[in-house]
Amino acid sequence: MTEPQKKKLDLDRRPMPKQPPEVRRYNFDEVALGYPAEIAVEEARRCLQCRKPKCVSNCPVEIDIPGFIKRIAEKDFAAGIRVLKEKNCLPAMCGRVCPQEEQCEQTCVLVKKEGQIAIGRLERFLADWEAKQAELEMPEIPPPTGRKVAIVGGGPAGLTVAGDLIKLGHRVTIYEALHEMGGVLVYGIPEFRLPKAIVKREVEYLKKLGVQVVTDYVVGKTRTIDNILEEFDAVFVGTGAGLPWFMGIPGENLNGVYSANEYLTRMNLMKGFLFPRYHTPVKSHKRVAVVGGGNVAMDCARTALRLGAETRIVYRRSREELPARLEEIENAEEEGIVFDFLTLPIRYIGDEEGWVKEIECLKMKLGEPDSSGRRRPVPIEGSQTILPMDAVICAIGNGPNPLIAVTTPGLEVGKIGNIAIQEETGKTSRERVWAGGDVATGAATVIGAMGAGRRAARSIHEYLSSR
Amino acid sequence: MFKLIENQMVVPNIHLLTVEAPEVARQMKPGQFVILRAEDGGERIPLSVSDWDREKGTLTVIVKNVGSTTDRLASLDAGVSIPTVVGPLGNPTEIEKFGTVLCLGGCYGIGSIFPIARALKEKGNRVITVLEARSSYLLFWEKKLEEVSDQLVIITRDGTKGLRGHASRLAEIVQSSHEPVDRMIINGCTFLLKKGSDASRHLGIKTIVSLNPIMIDGTGMCGVCRVTVGKTTRFACVHGPDFDGHEVDWAELLQRRKTYMREEVVPLRTSRCEEHAHGLTPQQRQDNLS
Repeated sequence: MTEPQKKKLDLDRRPMPKQPPEVRRYNFDEVALGYPAEIAVEEARRCLQCRKPKCVSNCPVEIDIPGFIKRIAEKDFAAGIRVLKEKNCLPAMCGRVCPQEEQCEQTCVLVKKEGQIAIGRLERFLADWEAKQAELEMPEIPPPTGRKVAIVGGGPAGLTVAGDLIKLGHRVTIYEALHEMGGVLVYGIPEFRLPKAIVKREVEYLKKLGVQVVTDYVVGKTRTIDNILEEFDAVFVGTGAGLPWFMGIPGENLNGVYSANEYLTRMNLMKGFLFPRYHTPVKSHKRVAVVGGGNVAMDCARTALRLGAETRIVYRRSREELPARLEEIENAEEEGIVFDFLTLPIRYIGDEEGWVKEIECLKMKLGEPDSSGRRRPVPIEGSQTILPMDAVICAIGNGPNPLIAVTTPGLEVGKIGNIAIQEETGKTSRERVWAGGDVATGAATVIGAMGAGRRAARSIHEYLSSR
Repeated sequence: MFKLIENQMVVPNIHLLTVEAPEVARQMKPGQFVILRAEDGGERIPLSVSDWDREKGTLTVIVKNVGSTTDRLASLDAGVSIPTVVGPLGNPTEIEKFGTVLCLGGCYGIGSIFPIARALKEKGNRVITVLEARSSYLLFWEKKLEEVSDQLVIITRDGTKGLRGHASRLAEIVQSSHEPVDRMIINGCTFLLKKGSDASRHLGIKTIVSLNPIMIDGTGMCGVCRVTVGKTTRFACVHGPDFDGHEVDWAELLQRRKTYMREEVVPLRTSRCEEHAHGLTPQQRQDNLS
């Protein structure tokens, strides 16, 4: 056989099938449907297999991206998933919710020609392929080291630490405060973006590897960190974002004003969208305003829309500055969410019975860039408008959960109440205590938390091996 | 899963539930609460804890059957397991040597005021316990409370036992006490908390109330339990549930508690007909869900 001729660059990034907007706006099924195998192989064959892949260096968990893509191109999916799982124990989730456009895909050499490889879609393809196989391939686990690690919080950071450490032979127990594992993956991200069956599957995988899971257990309340340290060699704290922020404007405690956390928890964790089959009550609203412009705001708006409300996003800057992923913004627009840009709520007005009925807003214009580099919104005087609404969801962010910090003496905290850590290792000011994810950084991304988990796991392993 | 050891209707519509939750019982302090779910797919509701036994590893809650989840709890048989008992949540009631403390309990609060009175007594306070009920047949735990109190006073709305009336009679109880009352602590329905605080304001007695807003997670994450206390917004689950009764915005709390009144009755009225007709066990109901 002769060497094949050098092919012409294939820049045609294969689209992923999606439920059409007019269908999906009435259901909670997953919006994006995933690549069929033949399309995945076509997409994988576009990869140039760079010798010094820049995608890998921009992945928080350092997945061997060309490695798994090569296996897809060769149609050896089993080998592909093996490569993927060396570095990422939660690929079905990352393939769905990672902001690849800011990470691996952003540094793909083809990005300049707008033909970057759809790395996230391929990752998801492999994970979904594996889920369909009769038997799950289990990695080899070294003999037990006899070391015990407690993980506080069953979200993405904690799950990553658990996956990494169990594969090194340590004994791992996760303590989760809610009744389901998964943290934000379960209470925050809606079913149509990340089906809960997938989270369950990934947690089951960890359990099969030997990870112990304790739900309904609030560390800091049911048991303190100090108490846990008597039984375990090390503790990782990944309790996530905690107290929701409000704007501090009049009328925020009216009925019908929610924090994004409440709204999403009610819908996702408690399955409010299936009320009354599930018993947590939800209101049916006609007109909903979501305040904020991040991914959480998009999730809230798209959920409210699916429950039949005319839904608007109220955001104080313009479309350019929206912090949400472009894909999510486009999905929201397609589904019929109305965007009120350069609009700032200044007051919620209630009816006689204490229900929100209107929101008063100011129009804004963009001024000079602020510390975040985005142009600062400036109110236009006399531009008050009133929007009729029967619900408002405040999606402007969260502070870190304070429960651990206030019940653990000697644990240093930062400016916003976050647990202070060394970034490279996740070490806190307390001996044998590590932390990572939103509780250390403030609200950020799933993959960011996983990256922090990976670094902490490495440091914990080093510590445990040195003793 | 947490085993239900006992379910007893202590007075009409008020149930005493004892569950096995050893780790929660070990940490429990007066004034704290737990969050329970009655079954898979069930709502999470906060309940004040009325007693516990660290050795047996059990917790006792007193529940008034008023909504869909409390109704499900009330109908559970001893021996079944319930999926969620998490806690202890919230901050314990401040227990110091104050002098004379008046503990007022009504409804389920007759139960949850008990460990508070007991702890205050142990700390060397003079404890006046006042129980409030619509009628004498709704009173329970009188003996238990008598044992931890220096004085037990009963108020019934219809006058069938003790004083006739409502929290407004607190003034004369305080005035007839031979020592000044230094602090008042109230557990019970929001209406009683409010009325009790109104009465004590005129008497100039610091009053601590255990608030009971709607909650979901109980760890500060969802913010549905926010209340206005002294003009700032506080989360009852992590900053409370105890607050100064003279600082609470009662109108707002009462209004927020009504949020789901209309929805609350939906599962209560509809979804259980089939279960009853087919005589399904809680286990079968759960299987149906999954």
